[in-house]
Amino acid sequence: MTRYIFWTIIGCGIVTVLSRTFPFLLVKNFALPKWLIHFLSFVPIAIMTALFVENLLIPHQGRLPGIDLENLLASLPAILTAIITKSLLAIVVVGIIAMALIRFFALV
Amino acid sequence: MNSELSVKSGLHDVIPTTFGYIGVGLAFGIVSRTSHLSLLAILLMSLVVYAGSAQFVITSMLLAGSPISAIIFSTFLVNARMILMSTTIAQYFRRYSSLANIGVGSLLTDETFALGMNKLNYTNHQLNLRWFNTTNIVAYLVWAAASITGALIGNLVTDPKKLGLDFALVAMFIGLLYLQLISDRSKKLLTQLIVIIFVVVALYISLIFMSANAALLVATLLGCVFGVVIER
Repeated sequence: MTRYIFWTIIGCGIVTVLSRTFPFLLVKNFALPKWLIHFLSFVPIAIMTALFVENLLIPHQGRLPGIDLENLLASLPAILTAIITKSLLAIVVVGIIAMALIRFFALV
Repeated sequence: MNSELSVKSGLHDVIPTTFGYIGVGLAFGIVSRTSHLSLLAILLMSLVVYAGSAQFVITSMLLAGSPISAIIFSTFLVNARMILMSTTIAQYFRRYSSLANIGVGSLLTDETFALGMNKLNYTNHQLNLRWFNTTNIVAYLVWAAASITGALIGNLVTDPKKLGLDFALVAMFIGLLYLQLISDRSKKLLTQLIVIIFVVVALYISLIFMSANAALLVATLLGCVFGVVIER
């Protein structure tokens, strides 16, 4: 490992750990205003939607994003499994199998 | 998921998410090995940085020989969403010491954040150190083990995508989003659905003008603002 790689990893580790821990110390020592708590109550649903949908879109700078058909197709059985079983494990397993089948048969 | 906040329930709750870590961790190990990073560098990055998407960005920038400052700044941008998640979850750990808070925060990821948010719906809006540390530590160890395994088999597997493991992550977000939707009683279902649709549209439009990471952040922030406005 060169010094370049080593120090890059250490530097990136420091900014990441600060992003993760600084808010904890802030929130511990200062009471958050009501409006901010209300705002933050939407973070889970908003960020999970964004993390999911980001995987369905293919960005093209300056143009409308394209659709990732493989991911979209594999998402359907996963969503169905979510509705039927409400089990995270089942959703993940069905999703993986669906994706493996889609690629095996080159459906997209 | 149940109302218990023990080590045992933590282990039980984190199992499904480990599939995501295994899939992406293997992929990271394989990709970084083929990018000529040493086993030690790969392990160090997974232990020190511990952030899936950021690690892929770092690897490709190292390969391109980018300046350290540029790589660090990109990492900050990719992980900026952590600030939002940490602020949200920190509210449930105020009663613990600063050191305990740093411990929880250091190992917080998209997945354990989402898991914690789901758990709240079953525990009367309580979280504790024992449960959260259990999920965090299991996730951390699985991530490290998966990356190093990927690095070791990197030369054998040419196409890790064939197995569909990379989709584990997407499937997990589907599951966590759905469970959040049906179990969060503090908000009306209709409100949540409208916010979801708004975030989808915001993300779609943002992607025209900015990078995927920036779009993710912008869509999330706008979604929260929108949620506050329609609930008023």
